[in-house]
Amino acid sequence: MNKLIEMKNVMKKYPMGKTDFVALENIDLKFSEGEFTGIVGPSGSGKTTILNIIGSLDSQSSGDVLVMGKQIAKLSNTKSARLRSQKIGFIFQTYNLLPVYTVFENVEFPLLLLNMSKEKRKILVNEALKWVGLTDKIKSKPAQLSGGECQRVAIARAIVKEPKLVLADEPTANLDAENSHNILKMMKKINEETGTTFIFATHDAKVIKYITRKITLLDGSIAQDEIVSGG
Amino acid sequence: MVTKLALRNIFGSGLRTWLNIFILSLSYFVIIALQGFFVGWQEDATREMKEWDLAGGQYWQQSYDPYDPFTLDDSHGPTPKELQEKIKKDKAISILLTPATIYPKGRMRNIVLKGIDPQQKLLKIPTKHLRSDEDEISCLIGSEFAKKIDIKEGEYLVLRWRDKNGVYDAEDVKIAHIFHTTVLTVESNQIWIPLSQLQEMLDLPGEVTIITMKDENYNKQFQGWTYRNLDFLLADLKNMIKAKTVGSSIIYFLLLFLAVLAIFDTQILSIFRRRKEMGTMMAMGMTRPKIIQLFTTEGALHAVFAIFMGAIYGIPLLNYFEKVGMNIGMDAKEWGLSGLEDALYPVYGWKLVLGTIIFVFLTVIIVSYLPTRKISRLKPTDALRGKMTKKKVD
Repeated sequence: MNKLIEMKNVMKKYPMGKTDFVALENIDLKFSEGEFTGIVGPSGSGKTTILNIIGSLDSQSSGDVLVMGKQIAKLSNTKSARLRSQKIGFIFQTYNLLPVYTVFENVEFPLLLLNMSKEKRKILVNEALKWVGLTDKIKSKPAQLSGGECQRVAIARAIVKEPKLVLADEPTANLDAENSHNILKMMKKINEETGTTFIFATHDAKVIKYITRKITLLDGSIAQDEIVSGG
Repeated sequence: MVTKLALRNIFGSGLRTWLNIFILSLSYFVIIALQGFFVGWQEDATREMKEWDLAGGQYWQQSYDPYDPFTLDDSHGPTPKELQEKIKKDKAISILLTPATIYPKGRMRNIVLKGIDPQQKLLKIPTKHLRSDEDEISCLIGSEFAKKIDIKEGEYLVLRWRDKNGVYDAEDVKIAHIFHTTVLTVESNQIWIPLSQLQEMLDLPGEVTIITMKDENYNKQFQGWTYRNLDFLLADLKNMIKAKTVGSSIIYFLLLFLAVLAIFDTQILSIFRRRKEMGTMMAMGMTRPKIIQLFTTEGALHAVFAIFMGAIYGIPLLNYFEKVGMNIGMDAKEWGLSGLEDALYPVYGWKLVLGTIIFVFLTVIIVSYLPTRKISRLKPTDALRGKMTKKKVD
């Protein structure tokens, strides 16, 4: 499988008063296309920081990060925005749907950034909503949806542009068990059928059941990186 | 794309958006309406003053000073020959002024006695009512002045004057006609009698104080006479209207201030309340300049919708005022304002409408843009957590 992401000796520190807080240290990781990987660990272990660096929302303090052949730290704001808009989808714990938009408009948003034609946008949005089973809610606003439905909209929004990589930060943390399983099954299906790479940051045991690779972080360092059975 | 998203955002915001738009539309309406009233007033007043008093300009006898009544005794001279020709051809008229006293109801009142040719057609003063072929002196008087001294048509007034030799004389004058005008300079404390009679009374045959010209461009120099063009003669009126315009602009600046404050407030609130939204937009690949553009466009669109909302209620209302005028609810004469009828008829030119739209639009864009500059230092990771980045980021 093709290499998608490579992190070499990555360190991330944040200034905290007069000293620095080290969030990540000596991170060496490689991710290939089509992986369904979970980064697990307790709160504050650096899971979200890794996702943010891979997603070019943040940059490392030292080390190299290559995402789809691009040195993340060297990308300008515009180039990293372009990388995210074209190649990376995000799913957040709190869904982060745009509150005044309908379901259709929320899912359409990433396609607008790609300057896609109206017809193509319509086809892709309907297709994505079909994947997540929300074709009957296209005119609803996020406030009218349940937590599970909101997260399904967020998944549709992440996959609608057919990205190579989806970064999901605690996607099931706000969902009940049934919704969590449904969401994970859905993502697994998308991963298997489209080959989209999924990387999760999670400490939810339910997620761990579905992933095929589990990276355990402890205090900003990799404690374990193992292949698991996965769903 | 940005406009499309901005439209979605402002339509999605519901009532708050429409309240802001309504206040802003009121600003457009009030500015255009008030300015229209002042433009209309200036046009009406200028026209009335030209028709009743100034025509195309005036020659003043060099001693004449309208603000100094003591100059009136000496402000007279023979009409230059060239101007006599103009008068014969109805292209000019001459007026003689002198101080006099009347005694309405036994009370003394100082006035300006004015002599004018009863045959003149240049000014709207109804001089046809003056009779110079009778033994008694007939006079014209303005309706406001007549009201003040409580006199009616056909009644008599005792008039006392002093001739060029300083000899006082007095006679009863008959009120031949009471005319209505909005031009105070031809009616306030004035009595009009036939020119020839006044010249005879003052023992000043052929002498006059003012020669009013029909032609605006006629401004030849004559010894002993000073030409006053319309710019000079209307300067007081224009300055007064300008002063009133500045006073009234406080009202619409206050309204505009309230409107832009509402938009500024909405923008500031948006920046703080919608940080997560911005973080999400950044995560999805929207650049910071695009987000700034989006938020500024959202603000600016308020101004666009305000134009449409303002047009919905403003055009019929402005048209209505243009047709029926607006009652100013007070006696214009008490204000001392020339050319001001009981109702004001506004005039809305395209310059006024376009100028107001551009002015309000630019104000709103600036006010919308200023708070959005904070976005330029927003880090996506902070925005996603709903935090504001304190340091500037590259």
